[in-house]
Amino acid sequence: MKISSGTVRLIIPAASLAVLLAAVFYMQPRTMSYTGLNLLFNLAVPIALATIAQMLIMAVNDLDLSMGTFVSFCACVAATFLQTSPAIGILIFIGAIAVYAGIGVVIHVRELPSIVVTLGMSFVWGGLAVLMLPSPGGAAPVWARWLMTAKPPVIPMAIVASILIAAITHFIVMRSSFGVVVRGVGGNYRSVERAGWSVLRLRAATYALAGFFAVLSGIALVGLTTSADANIALRYTLLSIAGVILGGGEFVGGKVSPIGAVIGALTLTLAGSFLSFMRISPDWQIGAQGAILVVVLALRLLLNRLEKREKNR
Amino acid sequence: MTIRKMLFASVAVACAIGPATAFADTSGKKIALSNNYAGNSWRQAMLTTWDKVTKQAVSKGVVAAADPFTTAENQATEQAAQIQNLILQGYDAIVIDAASPTALNGAIKEACDAGIVVVSFDGVVTEPCAWRIAVDFKGMGESQVDYLAKKLPKGGNLLEIRGLAGVSVDDEIHAGIEAGVKKNPQFKVVGSVNGDWAQDVAQRAVAGILPSLPEIAAVVTQGGDGYGAAQAFAAAKRPTPTIVMGNREDELVWWKQQKDKSSYETMSVSIAPGVSTLAFWVAQQILDGKQVKKDLVVPFLRIDQDNLEANLANTQKGGVANVEYSLEDAQKVIAAAK
Repeated sequence: MKISSGTVRLIIPAASLAVLLAAVFYMQPRTMSYTGLNLLFNLAVPIALATIAQMLIMAVNDLDLSMGTFVSFCACVAATFLQTSPAIGILIFIGAIAVYAGIGVVIHVRELPSIVVTLGMSFVWGGLAVLMLPSPGGAAPVWARWLMTAKPPVIPMAIVASILIAAITHFIVMRSSFGVVVRGVGGNYRSVERAGWSVLRLRAATYALAGFFAVLSGIALVGLTTSADANIALRYTLLSIAGVILGGGEFVGGKVSPIGAVIGALTLTLAGSFLSFMRISPDWQIGAQGAILVVVLALRLLLNRLEKREKNR
Repeated sequence: MTIRKMLFASVAVACAIGPATAFADTSGKKIALSNNYAGNSWRQAMLTTWDKVTKQAVSKGVVAAADPFTTAENQATEQAAQIQNLILQGYDAIVIDAASPTALNGAIKEACDAGIVVVSFDGVVTEPCAWRIAVDFKGMGESQVDYLAKKLPKGGNLLEIRGLAGVSVDDEIHAGIEAGVKKNPQFKVVGSVNGDWAQDVAQRAVAGILPSLPEIAAVVTQGGDGYGAAQAFAAAKRPTPTIVMGNREDELVWWKQQKDKSSYETMSVSIAPGVSTLAFWVAQQILDGKQVKKDLVVPFLRIDQDNLEANLANTQKGGVANVEYSLEDAQKVIAAAK
């Protein structure tokens, strides 16, 4: 039986998620319930959305270091303008997405390293967020709160949302023609260009789509926390990158996997809970979190090598 | 109101009041401490005090467990996840030093809905279902200027060292200092820097702004920054103004040296890290069925010229002047709020 390399890529993240989940269930049987699963995973939903955004940027060989501050900014907009005057809030979001498209254009036209541009933008977003909410506060829009605390039958909201996000983005990135050329830009943008596509437009569209998912992430986050502060999502920059890599994505070459990215985000969230249930002292927790990452990545390298040997044979 | 509803309401009231006299047993209850940061001397002292006091309580059988949890990174989202994990672990009460007054509200609501008692202290939260043990930070800022007004009746220029920007505690202490300056117009704040409650940051910030400042009569601070400010003044070879200290051991030691050498006078004020143990006892009292007001106020810890030596002797090296609260203290605070 021949398994496609895409499936192989998914095996490790899915297996590590399953192992972690089994361990958590074993240590804390209380989690094996509707509310338990929801509490375990609901904070993973905004992380999954941010991870998808980061994955889109990584699909065109770029890296977004402003993801955390941008999601914080979106959370602040959602907790202030979107709640008090939705029209202005939506306008700000559209403007922010346009800025993201603009960043894509600037990076492409001036051939700037995306890391530098987005690092610079992170200060812009951070500053705007502080201007909007100098001290923590605001309130979640009623519908966002309703959405994030909804109790669908049988399967908890967090799981439903994760599956939905994975399915929709899988369709966009892996099945649609847009997704194919976007990944093509990451793989070999010259050949995409020669085939008659405008790489400039593709990059702008990818960045805009990433901005859109980051906006959703901010709204989802506020729906969970009920209010925002300017530093609320700073961790998302690194979490989203780690999520993409953990889910089988690569930094270059347009090799990404939306389902893997969502699984990666869930795994990262679960790793935190796992360590907390293990009663590991906080001094060791960051190290232990890193160790989990290293183990998963080592497994993947091993699998990659096997894959290569298989091909060479 | 229907009779059924009335009956229901009276039963609810009876249930709420009943246990206050009946004394529910808390020996089977588990209390968790959710802490967002452990990277400075104050938080370290807070955790040590928690450990010491709660271990005694556990061994005496007052509660079954009192475990501290600190997030690996100082982020509200991490702490929200941590609180949700604590819910899953089946704690009966969660005591919180919050990373954000509002961003944890969703997780805290989940805890309340699961029937868990949530008590926040120091970094308090706004979620109405949680209890708050707040320090009168505004009063703390104001008391500094009041002290200076007494010591320097002629007034003068003030340098203000603020804390971490965007944190509510910083805003409140600053508001108190502003109010104090308004009350005592002989003082004028001529410069303001962020010291982030850390000596090295404060020293760098003060050293940076000093050349541009006129003569400074006094420095108002937020704690953890006084020693750094003193070093910056010394390095710039400027006369040492009256620097208000923040109960840190290095600050008190420096003050003692100056006091012995040149009868230097100042005061020191901060929140005692032992407030975590006060929160512990309050949580225990609530689990015990006591009626407790949602908002409690704890006094700040002030050190003056005459009790400096006594406080210094009680302060650990690298620590913070501290108070360990007992069950009786908690009951006093609860009674005072009624």
